[in-house]
Formats: sequence, C-alpha cells, structure tokens
Amino acid sequence: MSVIITKNIYKTYPGVVPVHAVNGVSIDITEGEFTAIVGPSGSGKTTLLNIIGGLDKPTSGEVIVNNQDISQLSNNELIDFRLHNIGFVFQAYNLIPVLTAKENVEFVMLLQKRAKEERDNRVAELLDAVGLGDRMNNRPSQMSGGQQQRVAVARALAPKPKFVLADEPTANLDSTSTSNLLDIMAELNRKENITFVFSTHDQRVIDRARRVITLEDGKIVSDVTRE
Amino acid sequence: MLYKLAWRNIWRNKRRTFITMGSVFFAVMLAILMRSLQEGSYEKMIENVVSFYTGYVQIHKEGYWDDQVLDNSFEATPVIKTATSSLPSVNEAVPRLESFALAASDSTSEPCLVVGADPEKENVLTGLQNKLVKGDYFKTGSAGAMIAEGLSEKLQLGVGDTLVLIGSGYHGVSAAGKYPITGLVRFGSPDLNDRLVYLPLEKAQIFYGAEGRLTSYALNLSNPDDYKAVVKDLKKGLDEGQYEIMDWTEMMPELVQMIESDRGGGIIMMGVLYVIIAFGMFGTVLMMIAERQYEFGVMTAVGMKKRKLATMVGLETIFISAMGIITGAIASLPFVLYFYYNPIYLGDSMAEAYAQFGMEAVFPTSLDPAIFINQALTVLVFAVLVSIYPAIKIMQIDPVKAMHT
Ligand SMILES: Nc1ncnc2c1ncn2[C@@H]1O[C@H](COP(=O)(O)OP(=O)(O)O)[C@@H](O)[C@H]1O
Ligand SMILES: [Mg+2]
Repeated sequence: MSVIITKNIYKTYPGVVPVHAVNGVSIDITEGEFTAIVGPSGSGKTTLLNIIGGLDKPTSGEVIVNNQDISQLSNNELIDFRLHNIGFVFQAYNLIPVLTAKENVEFVMLLQKRAKEERDNRVAELLDAVGLGDRMNNRPSQMSGGQQQRVAVARALAPKPKFVLADEPTANLDSTSTSNLLDIMAELNRKENITFVFSTHDQRVIDRARRVITLEDGKIVSDVTRE
Repeated sequence: MLYKLAWRNIWRNKRRTFITMGSVFFAVMLAILMRSLQEGSYEKMIENVVSFYTGYVQIHKEGYWDDQVLDNSFEATPVIKTATSSLPSVNEAVPRLESFALAASDSTSEPCLVVGADPEKENVLTGLQNKLVKGDYFKTGSAGAMIAEGLSEKLQLGVGDTLVLIGSGYHGVSAAGKYPITGLVRFGSPDLNDRLVYLPLEKAQIFYGAEGRLTSYALNLSNPDDYKAVVKDLKKGLDEGQYEIMDWTEMMPELVQMIESDRGGGIIMMGVLYVIIAFGMFGTVLMMIAERQYEFGVMTAVGMKKRKLATMVGLETIFISAMGIITGAIASLPFVLYFYYNPIYLGDSMAEAYAQFGMEAVFPTSLDPAIFINQALTVLVFAVLVSIYPAIKIMQIDPVKAMHT
C-alpha cells in the first residue's frame, strides 16, 4: 500500500536565474519502506522532503499522502495533518531546550491530547528502545548530539505516525553515533513497521537503506531497491 | 503544558528576565507609592473638609448656599426629620444655625462665626470633642460657649472668662449676649482657628432671635460613598422649591477640581513611566522571538498550532510582568504603610496654602486596595499589548524559513 505518492512535482524559486529545486519528481513509497533520498548538497533533498512532509508546497504537481491530496490543505490544516500523520527528525536542534528527554518525546503526544498512561508507557518504551532509558530527565543541553538525535527519533515515533521523515539526521554525528542511530532506526522500522524516508549524502548511511533514490539537480537519476 | 513551557522559557535567560522583571518591579512600586500618596492626600483633604465641617450632604433653604444669611434660614419642621430618618444610609441629621458676629473682650474685638449646634450630634459628625484642648466640651442646656484657640489668643480670653457677642439676627433684630467660655478647641486651619465660636443650638437661636430656625442640616452618612443616592432620594422626598439638597462636591467645587487636575497629572506621569517600561518589555520580547525562530519552526513543524505558540510567548510576557507586579506591590507595602502611620507633613508654606481650603497639611497614604489592583491591571494590560506584535509575528512563521539557518 502506498503511503506517499508524488506526481510530477516541481518547486521553482524565482530569480534572475530561476532555481528548479525539485524538477519533476514522481515517486511512490509504500508502507514499511526504509528509503534513502541521496544526492550532493543542493540537489533538492530537503526541498523534496519538506514538500512530502507538508512543510512546503510544490509549485506544481500533486502530493498524495495516505490517500489525501495535501496540496489542497490550508496552512492550519497542514499543521494538524503533520501532527497526526508524520514524524520529523531534522538535521540538528530538534529538541525543545527547556524540556527533558521524556518531555520532548511526550510533546507531540500531548499536542494530540493522548491520555497520560498511554504517554508514559510509550515514552518509557521508546527511550529504552533508543538506549536512553536512564536519561529521561536530562535536558538536551546535558546530552551529546547523538543522544539528542536518538531522542528526536523517539519523539518522531511516539505517536506511531504513518511515516517518519528525517532530513540528514546523521549529518552532525560521528561514525559511532551514526551507526548507532541507524541501528535504532532500522530496528524500529522492522519492529513497528513504520515507514522511514531519510536524506543523506553519507555513503555509510546509504549502505543501510533498502531503497535508494538518487537526486541530481532536482531530478531522480536512479531508484534502486535491494533485498 | 503551555504554562510549563512558558515558565521554563523565562528562566533561560535569567539576566534578561530579571532586568525586565526589575523594571516592572520598580515601576509598580513607584506608581503604587505615588498613587497611594496622592489618593491618600485626596482622602485626607475630603475628610478634612467634609467630615470636618460640611458633612457629605447638607439641606438648606433654597437659595441659602449662594446667600448665606440668617434670613435664608428655615424652620426646623418634622418634615425634614421624617425624610432623612426614612433613609437607611442617613445616620443622623445634624442641625446648625450659623452666622457671623463680632466677638469682644475688654480690650479688643474680632469677627467670628457663631455656630449653634447640637453638641452630641456635632461630635458624632465632625469629632469636635477631639479638638478640645482646654476646659470642657459644650453642653445642651448650659450657657457656656466653646471658642477656637486662635480666637482666644486674639481676644486674650481663656476658659472661665466671659465672651461678649454682638451682631444682627433674624430679620435684622440686633443680637447681643454674654457667654462664659467653658472650653477651647483647636483647628488645623488658621481660618477656622481664628474665627469659630460654638454655642449650644438653642442659645444661638435665642441670640440671633431665630427660635426654632436652622441654616442647615448636615447629614451623617453610614457610608460616605452613598452620598449621591442620598441626595437623589431626598430630592424625591422633599419639596425642591423649598429646600436645596447639596452634596460635598457641589459645596466644594474647588476641592473637586483641584483633586481632579492633580490626579490627572499623576496619571499622566504614571502613563509615561509605564510606556517606557512597555517599550523595554517590547524590545526584550522582540529579541527573544528573533533568537528562537528555529525552535518555533521545529515546534510548528511537528504539529504545534501557532495559536498555542503565540499563547506560550504571551504567557511568558505575562509571567514576567506578573512577577514584577506582585513583587513590586509587596515591596511598596512597607513604604505605603510607613507613610500611612507617619504621614507626610508638607512644610509650613504648603500648610498655609492648604489651610485656605480649611485643610491640615498632613497626608497619610491611602490603603485603598483599588490602587494596588489598578496598577496591577494597568501593567497586565501593557503586557498583553506588548504581546500582540510578537503574536502576529508568530502567526506568520513559516517552519521552512524559520529552520533555514
Ligand atoms: N528558499 C530558497 N530560495 C531560493 N533557493 C532555494 C531556497 N531553498 C533552497 N533553494 C535552492 O534549491 C536547491 C535545492 O536545495 P535543497 O533542497 O536545500 O538541497 P539539499 O537539501 O539537497 O542540499 C539549491 O540550489 C538551493 O540553493
Ligand atoms: Mg538539505
């Protein structure tokens, strides 16, 4: 079953020389995928992920997430849509500085008005899964970059979203933290059957993906699935 | 959750929070102290003038106030008594017969104001007995007069001496009488202190040839704030063509005007103070939202409504202001209380100026809770106003731009 379908999307930034950040991309991502969007810096990875995630709108083309055409939604509806369907992991500074690890993971579930018991159980489960069960009450400033990214992954997964979008989640991490984070992501993908789409230009990360979509100048130049 | 976030956020930059809080603190403290001194001085002035002499409401014969002569006196009929005693907020109608006369001793004479009054009722209304400095308080049935201390010095007459009064009475009859001085009273106002002579009401009526007549009833109210309602009710109950019913604001328009213009000045000063503080707060909030763009971007990206975000930032401003307000109000208390128990004396030259209005130049602060509440509300309103622009900014946040660093 498809979770994300894009039909010939374009994103053009006007200027003296207009930039086609995304230049006619059609993709179909099905449930349970563990997919990397790869390409050099400036190839359009972030722009594409933002459009899929409802953070940005394409200049033209259709984005269908969960059988819903999200290009028709208002900004306010998009916020709600993101809240209930998508988990996000950004490159860095994902966490709310004044909240502890536990509270950060809980944050999205609170916005969804989930019951306290459900939140507590899920938070404990996920922080254990990302290996930070003993860091529940630490604030982001008391954790390393790798630990913060693991909390961000836990937060993204907490409400059991349809899929998780991660834009270069390992860009600021050393190789140990990188492989550690990838292990956790792969494990959760397998265990919870949550679809992961992440961008990277790091070969070690690319090697862990089951499907690799390569962008160049906003266009798909290859799309390889390996088993 | 919004409260928790807002509360923790304000402690991220402790120094900035303390500076902002401190400015609110000082503004509130200053404003409360200033307003409390001002309102206290007004309360004292009104109290001085009103419960000192005029009372909050008076009843006269129509036309008396503009032409205060004995011929404008009225007969003390039961009609008025009935009308006033039917009103629950009127404790007592205090009768007076007042007119000018000449007070004489062996060596000299001085103009004076003879007040014929009911000793007990007068005391309840104006606390006259507290002003007694020598001798005995005057009594119904006795022929003894009580005179003001200043007048006694001018006449060089003391307790036990005889006072001679000469004047013209009701319908121009000539009035003359001899009264033993039984007591001396002291007034803060030199004007009154040099002039007043108290006689028991019936003695004054006999002196002026105005038996059974009065120039005024001063009403003693259980709650002075009710004076407007009392006037309204009395106007309904009494024949308006025959009597005039006046409240203290009509009898003392200069006082009202003076208070209003002084209060206006105070409020403008306070306004300026608060606008300065508000600009400081505004700058702080702007800086704060500029620094936290990325974070706000993340929060909206993961699904936090902008309305909530704006509320959170508004709460931060309100928390900081509220802490400034509360600490400022608490800190102002000792000063307000100090000046309440140790009233400010304005100095001799001011004392003279105030004395012209019949006032003592001693001013305790006002403890009226409205002063504290008004300051708190004013600052809160400013805090909310200051939050409007940031709220608009937050409503316009685009997570992609906000996180594009
Ligand atoms: N807001 C913007 N305005 C103009 N050009 C932009 C903007 N955002 C991205 N771009 C351009 O779009 C292209 C793709 O950028 P991006 O999606 O960030 O690539 P990547 O994430 O692969 O590095 C780049 O050439 C970039 O300069
Ligand atoms: Mg990028």
